[in-house]
Amino acid sequence: MIKFTPAQVKHVANLANIPVDAKAETKLAKDFADTLEVIANLQELDVSQTEPTHQVTGLENVWREDKVTKELMFTQDQATANAQQTDGGFFIVPRIIDRDES
Amino acid sequence: MGDFLLYPELLTEMNPKHLNSLTIVQALKALAKKQISIDEIYESVNLAVKNNQNLNIYLSLNSQAQKQAQKANKTNLPLAGLPIAVKDNYCTKGLKTTASAKVLDNFIPEFDATVIQHLQKAGGVVLGKTNMDAWAHGSSTETSDYGRTLNPRNPDYLPGGSSGGTAAAVAANTCIAGLGTETAGSIRQPSAWCGVVGLKPTYGRVSRSGIVAMASSTDSPGPITKTVTDAALLLQQIAGLDLKDSTTNPVPVPDFAQDLKRGIGDLKIGLLYHDVPELKKVMNLIEPELKVFERLGAHLEPVKALDPHYAISVYTIVQRAEVSSNLARYTGVRYGLDRSHFAAEARRRIMLGTFTLSKGYADQYYKTAQKVRTLYRQDFAKLFGHYDLLISLSSPGFAKKIGVTAGEAMFGELEDLILEPSSIVGLPGLNVPCYRDPKTNLFLGLNIMAPMWREDLILRAGYAFEQATNWNEWAKND
Repeated sequence: MIKFTPAQVKHVANLANIPVDAKAETKLAKDFADTLEVIANLQELDVSQTEPTHQVTGLENVWREDKVTKELMFTQDQATANAQQTDGGFFIVPRIIDRDES
Repeated sequence: MGDFLLYPELLTEMNPKHLNSLTIVQALKALAKKQISIDEIYESVNLAVKNNQNLNIYLSLNSQAQKQAQKANKTNLPLAGLPIAVKDNYCTKGLKTTASAKVLDNFIPEFDATVIQHLQKAGGVVLGKTNMDAWAHGSSTETSDYGRTLNPRNPDYLPGGSSGGTAAAVAANTCIAGLGTETAGSIRQPSAWCGVVGLKPTYGRVSRSGIVAMASSTDSPGPITKTVTDAALLLQQIAGLDLKDSTTNPVPVPDFAQDLKRGIGDLKIGLLYHDVPELKKVMNLIEPELKVFERLGAHLEPVKALDPHYAISVYTIVQRAEVSSNLARYTGVRYGLDRSHFAAEARRRIMLGTFTLSKGYADQYYKTAQKVRTLYRQDFAKLFGHYDLLISLSSPGFAKKIGVTAGEAMFGELEDLILEPSSIVGLPGLNVPCYRDPKTNLFLGLNIMAPMWREDLILRAGYAFEQATNWNEWAKND
């Protein structure tokens, strides 16, 4: 049996910036344990001599010319059109300095 | 009138109400001969959309569709203004794009995805945006934040997913053709469940630019259509190198229609996963269908492949890792709502991905998964050394009943068991209907796979199978 504790859920939730309450922590701990149980079958395979595959395109170092393409750019109005809060053409973002962490 | 004899069902179609059931090929021919008008097609399709509202297929409709179609029709473009159902994870300028997720409930893109630009350039029109599993996380559409879609073949059942809305749109004749996306099964599985044709192109054949990202190393946009010929036509219009997606490939796009009708007499085909226990119940149903390939002159034999159950694990790890990274962008600052709006499935996936990438676990999970991915690449390379094509079922069984996914954290992965191996290595695959249960009216689909960049081969085989069998009603007059 693979164990996953509510405390681990809390830690991961914090890393992932996902708000989770105590009740959900217990449920998610069980979900994660179940999933980790299913994927444990990979340990049956010997991959000690195998290189990982990170992508399947066969392409390497895809470059483009370092020049500005106006058609691909948003205007300031377009860029902020979907933002919930703006001020004078800028995004308003949550405070991250001097934040009350309690 | 004489020409209508070629299309028996068109005899009744002087009544525009049935033009919604036309394929792309049939509609283009009838439009070219001025037997019908683009407005009549839209009247008929709009009526079908209205009559099928109970199925919850479309999340939003393009109010300008008919106007855009008239314009496209006048300018002689290849798709002549035909109405296309588009999965709601394609960004569409000025038209709400949610990926069925509440986080994007208020998102109206300022630009079109590359595929949508290609579609419009070819005269295709976005009719509306279709329901899906939220963020494409699932194989049922039950995880949509806007309610599940019902299967038009039998509304007690699910359409599959994640492109379930588009597959249902095509099956219900509420469009002429559709667009979906697949990461591991999301085009082929709903196509199988809804009894339609679905083509998952080679990874990198079609641009991902402007599509709400799920797992970037396997995401593949592609057509969901009524016939194989339509899939070839639509792929032709959307494929190709895109400088906005550096994983698209400079390999030339062939003319997919060219060899479509050449037959498969010269092909050697391997049958995969026939002995996987989950498939036992349905394999015997398609035995006679497999004989069709031999009747058409191909050589078909069962072949042993690497157990697909390992691919479930590879996919689960890789997909969630990429999801945790891709969905980190949703902070509610630039667009969309904040992270408290993620529903249960997205939370689970983001958090598990964060875990498998975290210090101390990345080697055990993520790196191991990527190594096993290599084993699948090697296995497929070996198989394609002996066979031109590989076939299997598209899904372990028929569509499942509504409500079945409740509390099932691994539903999608287990459903997509036989599609995951080819997905994680980027291969193209085509679903064609291969059986219908007369009691439930539900379908099974055949999954035809080829080496990278050989969509031409799977289309050829799919077309030959479709024409040699009676499972696809639309293909009868192709």
